[in-house]
Order: sequence, then structure tokens, then C-alpha cells
Amino acid sequence: MIHNEHIRSSNFEECIKCTICTEFCPVIEVNPLFPGPKQAGPDGERFRLKNSFFFDENLKYCMNCKRCETACPSGVKIADIIHSARMDYGTVIPHLRERILAGTDVMGTLARPFAPIVNAVAGSKAGKTVMDKVLGIDHRRSFPKYAGHGFIGWFKKEKASIQDSFPSQVAFFHGCSVEYQHPEVGKAFVEVLNAVGVGVRLMDEKCCGVAMISNAMWPQARRNAIHNLKEFRKAGLPVVTTSSTCTLTLRDEYPNILALRNDDVREDIVIVEKFLSDMLDEGDIKLVFRPDYKAKVAYHVPCHMEKLGWSIFTRRLLEMVPGLELTVLDPGCCGIAGTYGFKKENYQYAQAIGQPLFDEIRAEDPEYVVSECETCKWQIEMSTGYKVVNPIVLLYEALDLDKTREANMR
Amino acid sequence: MRYDVVIIGGGLSALVCGIRLQRSGKSVLLVSSGQNAMHFSSGSFGFLGRLPDGSVPDGLIDAVQALPESHPYRKVGTDRLREYAGQTIGFFESAGILLHGDPLHNSLRLTASGATKPAWLAMEDVTLFLSGEVSSSGKVLVVTLKGFTDFNAPFVASAFSRMGYTCRLEEVEMEEIASLRKNPTEMRSVNIARALEGQHVLDRFISCVRGKLKDEDTVVLPQVFGLKDTSPLAAIRSRIPAHVHFIGTMIPSVPGIRTQMSLKSAFLSAGGTFLPGDTAVRAGFDGSGSVAAVFTSNLGKTPLEAGEFILASGGLWGKGLDAKYDAVIEPLFSLDVDYPGERKQWYDPDFFARQSFTGFGVVTDDAFRAVKGGKTVPNLRVIGAECGGANPLEEGSGAGIAIMSAFMAADSILGSI
Repeated sequence: MIHNEHIRSSNFEECIKCTICTEFCPVIEVNPLFPGPKQAGPDGERFRLKNSFFFDENLKYCMNCKRCETACPSGVKIADIIHSARMDYGTVIPHLRERILAGTDVMGTLARPFAPIVNAVAGSKAGKTVMDKVLGIDHRRSFPKYAGHGFIGWFKKEKASIQDSFPSQVAFFHGCSVEYQHPEVGKAFVEVLNAVGVGVRLMDEKCCGVAMISNAMWPQARRNAIHNLKEFRKAGLPVVTTSSTCTLTLRDEYPNILALRNDDVREDIVIVEKFLSDMLDEGDIKLVFRPDYKAKVAYHVPCHMEKLGWSIFTRRLLEMVPGLELTVLDPGCCGIAGTYGFKKENYQYAQAIGQPLFDEIRAEDPEYVVSECETCKWQIEMSTGYKVVNPIVLLYEALDLDKTREANMR
Repeated sequence: MRYDVVIIGGGLSALVCGIRLQRSGKSVLLVSSGQNAMHFSSGSFGFLGRLPDGSVPDGLIDAVQALPESHPYRKVGTDRLREYAGQTIGFFESAGILLHGDPLHNSLRLTASGATKPAWLAMEDVTLFLSGEVSSSGKVLVVTLKGFTDFNAPFVASAFSRMGYTCRLEEVEMEEIASLRKNPTEMRSVNIARALEGQHVLDRFISCVRGKLKDEDTVVLPQVFGLKDTSPLAAIRSRIPAHVHFIGTMIPSVPGIRTQMSLKSAFLSAGGTFLPGDTAVRAGFDGSGSVAAVFTSNLGKTPLEAGEFILASGGLWGKGLDAKYDAVIEPLFSLDVDYPGERKQWYDPDFFARQSFTGFGVVTDDAFRAVKGGKTVPNLRVIGAECGGANPLEEGSGAGIAIMSAFMAADSILGSI
């Protein structure tokens, strides 16, 4: 009896060839070079197992947005099959550009001391021309700005000493962007969690590795993953995040692509919106909002948040804010997919993929856009001019922190 | 997370029920495990295409009396069926979907093999006929796109010839479509529909077809137009000087996808919550045997709590049932399933004979409440293909049962029944 038994862990045999994945693929709609999720995934897998000759380098055009997996009626892990195939059969060696784009933590450490200079050069016409010609990073792309002072430094100086005084604790996986580009997200996280009576610990984390997976830097991705999993086990606490992509990588890409088991810690890795929502449901915390807070915002659900299935938690928290006029944008990919949209050969496709979303944002004309993903933020800000904030920053601004603190005194 | 109603499923019955409840002020959450059977739609809905004795009924409501008492239609009852059938076109119109047809009688539609078959209501793509006559002049032009293998045009043409029509076959070749052939396995209905979305591409397609038309009064095209809205259908019909009929392709179904998208948008804009790509994996019951919560693979230990639950998980096809070697089970709530005990009776080795397994479903009481271990679960209703007592494939009743049972479940939750 073989039915319902996965012959191969990728479960490509469960594909019934219905082509629904293709219908939901944002890449094939704009880029004829990409073979499409069905052909690149389960169809191609059958051939590749016979002979690696059938591996097609055009699989690199897959953005790993996972919209195919969300749509598949048979539960086939299509994007995982594609990226596992890239790992197993790919022959392209990552070049300097891939190493720069994927080395988010190394680059951050190098750039940090010279942030004003790096930002000025990366933002200048000359700098962009050089990056375009020498590296193949599209000159039309705006680089996220490095922050002069990081999150960890602030935390150690201002907050670390008081964390033990809280009755419960979480480990915060802040990710590269909070440390190097958006420390305000980390600060908001610590302030909100402290206000509801939860202490924050930092770990010796490394980049989750998502950009390394995208850029075929497999040994580096595995090294980081092994290190992070060890840290999670050592911490023995809920691992709470603010980035949807880090979250998906830690929970699902580690076992499904990098073949590293994480079932002992997976359930404990959650994005902060789910963490807070669960605490509210349990009656463990209370949130008190400022009566004078007012804003009109549009919520863009990042692809990886859609795959996690957790946008309901963000929506629920945002709907609790009394002065907030909230629109949930149509589910659609913004096109950036991490480092994908930075590359010269992908730039036009990335912008074409995101166009319907950009149009919808302009039509809504919100004060700003809310999204859990830092690269969605970069893409939307560059392409529409609208500011994008992480939901935890909005909550931080909308909460009456003093009253919330009082309400959560135990 | 707590809602008034949690629906497991994301297909026709789940969406119809969800829209009706959400619009009446209930907060509704749908858990949808991937896309659904709407993506395989013929472009028309069946209500009752065949009676147990093999005959095709004309008046639909009276014909229901010939069905066994355990059939979902008998549970709805003829008075309410008549009322609901009358409401269906208006309900879909309010969701942006124009259906046509006689809500109380069968019409005929053309199938993918060029034959005619009973149909109830149809999307704009599909022409409904009152008689079997498709062309009054007797001359039919079948047009397909070069390289498109999911529409067997010669087969359709020969079917028309067999029916006595003079039938000619033409192929249209266009650069935009030809570029899809770089990747032949992806040259499918949806990709063609996307390529034909641009106004100038559609214009050229229409003039190609006009150029090929001679003295035929009827043109047959594959259903590859209008993924987002039906404006390409209207353009084609108004600018080709003949009756234009669109015939189903191999899956996926362009009209079915468009309809599903519109229903989903209507549900979301009414304020409903939709969990795409998530699977309900476990349920919790309270002491009185009512469902207390459902757990999903994405949400982990976060319970989905509600006062009322609806199971619309699509039967065997939708993984709402699971066939083990010697038993058929309902995997989420362990409900009672209506199926013959002996495996040999599950199927007929003659593939085209009436198959028993296409009718397996959950046992329910007269108000579609689920039965578990012989006892009714007070707050769990079962609708659509998951509901037992019918054989939708055999009867041509899948969409009718989905819509009627969805209306009834919603109304009984709203207290209007």
C-alpha cells in the first residue's frame, strides 16, 4: 500500500498536474524565461531524478514567494522542490554580487562605522552606476540606508539591565535589518513587550540565511542555520521575531530546504503579532491604546506572511487600535523577493510583478503602508514613495505605554 | 482567535455560505486547504441532470421527489428549494457574477467533446440551449489557437459533423501566444487568457477569426477569455458576426477561476476572513459533544473558536474524506460516513459505470447537522460535496447541492429556519 506515503520527502508524486500553481505564479506572468512552478517543480523533478542533465538554470528566476504552495490543492511543496533542486543540481558558483547581497550581516558590520559615507555613495548616481556596471545591481534600485547606531548597542546600553525584572521572558530574533537598517523596529518591540510585562533576551544570532538560500550559498546557509538552532535550544524560550521572512526561514526553510530538523523548537518560533494575539486570547496581557491616535493605513500582507497564514493576527491587533482606519490590500507580491529585485536581470520583472500593488496603494492613498517584511518595505517605498512601517512600530505609537504597563502589573 | 462561524473549506459551498452569513452580520472565518473544484468547472452549474432511473428531468423541483429521502435536496424540501433556486441568480449577481438560465428547469450546454448535456445555470461563457440545435444554418466554424493541446478542436469538429452539421476547423497563430510555446507544458488556458488580456492582442485575435469566417453562422472557441472579468467575451460576441459559443478546455477552467475569485472578493469585502493554504488538522469537543475549537497546521496551538462550525471540505476529492484500505473516514472530526462496508462495493471495475465512491459523504440529520457515533453534533453542519446521501457526479447535481445546502445551513444558523 503506497498511497499517502511520501516516496520522496518532496512529495512531488502528489502533483495531479492541474496547473493551479501556474495560475498563481507572479513570475511566469511577466517573465517567459521562467519555466513555471509546475514544470520547474514536480514535473522537472521526475526528469532530474533520472538524470541531472535535465536541471535548468532558469529555476533561479523563482522568487520563492510560495504563492504556488499556498494555492496547491494537493499540498505539494513546489517552491521547496525548486530550491532543493537548485541546491542538489545547480552548478553556478555565487559571484561577488551574490556574496554582497546575501552577506547581510557581514556587509552590515563592515558598513556600520561608515554609515553616512556608505549611504551617500550607494545613493549617488556615480555609486549606482558602478554597482550596475561592475556588480550587476540595477542602477534604478534604491539601497536601504544603514543606521549609524545599531539596535544591539542601544539595547545593551538602555534596556538589558532591567529585563530580568519581568515575570516572563522571550528570546528576540531581531534579524539583520533591525540591527543594521531599522533599529526603530527592535526598539518598538522591546518597549511593547516590556509594557505588557514580558522581558526580552537577545541571543548570539546569525542571519537566518534566507538570502544565502536565494543566492545558492548553501554551506553558509547551513552553517548559520545550525548555529541559530543551537542558540534557540540554549535559550529554551519562545523565539519571537518581527520579520515575516526570517520567521518562515527559521520554521520551514531549515527543515524543508536545508534538511535540518527543528521540530523541537519550531512551534516556539513566532512573529510578535501572533505572540501578542495568543497572549490576549489567554487573558495574559492587556493593551491600552491612546485615545488621540489617528491614522489611515493600508496593510500589505507579505508573501511569506501569507504562507505562514498569520496575517489574521496582525489584522486583529490593528483592528483593536481605535483611531485606525485600516484597508487590507489585495494579496499580491511586491516583486522584490529579498535580493531578487536588486539584480539587473530581474529588475524589470520585479517592477512588473509589483505594479498592481503599487497602483492599489496609490489609489488608496494611505498615510502609510504597514507590512512585516523589510524588503517589501524597501520595494514599496522606492516604487511608490509611500512610507512603510512594521506593525510593531505602529502598535508602539498607538499604545498608551504607561497605562498598558499599569494594566499588566502582576 | 474567536469568530461567530468557522467554515472548513474554500470552494463553492463554503464561499456561498460564508458570504450569506457575513453579510447578515456574523463574523466568519474560512480555512481553505489550497484551491478547489471551481478551478475545474465546466462554466455551468448542474442542479439535477439525471434521475436514478437514468432519465433527464425537465421541471427540477418536482423531480426531487424521485430521490431517496436521505438526499440533501429532500432535507432542504421542495418549498425552500424553489425559493432558493429563485434566489441563486440574484445572489451571484450581488457578488459580481452574471449567471443565466431557467432556475427551475434544465437547459442544455455543449461539452468539451461537442455533445450536449443538461445544465441548470451558466456563466457568461457558456451558451445554454433549449433544444439540441446549435446552428440554424447547419454550418459551424471551430477555431483554436496554434499549439494549444488542451482543446481538442478536431475532436469537437468531428462531433459536430456526426451531429449533421457542416463543420470547418481553423487555427489562429499569434506571436503573443506562440511565445508561450517556448515552454509547451505551460501553454495552458490560464496563460493564454492572460496573453489575450491586452486590448490590442484581443483586437487582433478577433480580426483573425473574422478573416477566417466564411458562410458559417456559428463560431466555436475554447474557454480561454476573461480571467479577471468578462469584458473579452462581450467584445468577441459583439464583433464576430455569428453566434459565438465557448467550449470547455482541459483544466484549469478560466470561467471557474473567475467565478471563484469573484466569490472570494465578495466574501472579503463583506468583512470575512480567509485563511488560504491552511489545513484544519484537529478538533476539540466540549463536554456536551459540541465542537469547541479547530486547530490548523499553520496556526499551531492557537485555537480557532466559534459558536458554529461548518464542514465544507469537498468529500474525497477535497480531502474531506480519506479512504483507508478497509474504511472511509472523515479525518477532522471522525464523523460517521455513509459508504458500503465492503470494499468491493466501493467501485465498479467498469470505469464509466455508476461509481459508488463518488457519492460517499458524511451522515447528517434533516438540518445538515453532522452525526458522530450515532449522535448529532449540535453546532456542526456539513454542506456541499462533503455531505452524504447524494452522488453528485452521477446526478449532475454538485453545484446545486453546494448552493442549496449552503443557503440552508446559513439560514438555520441565522435562525430564519
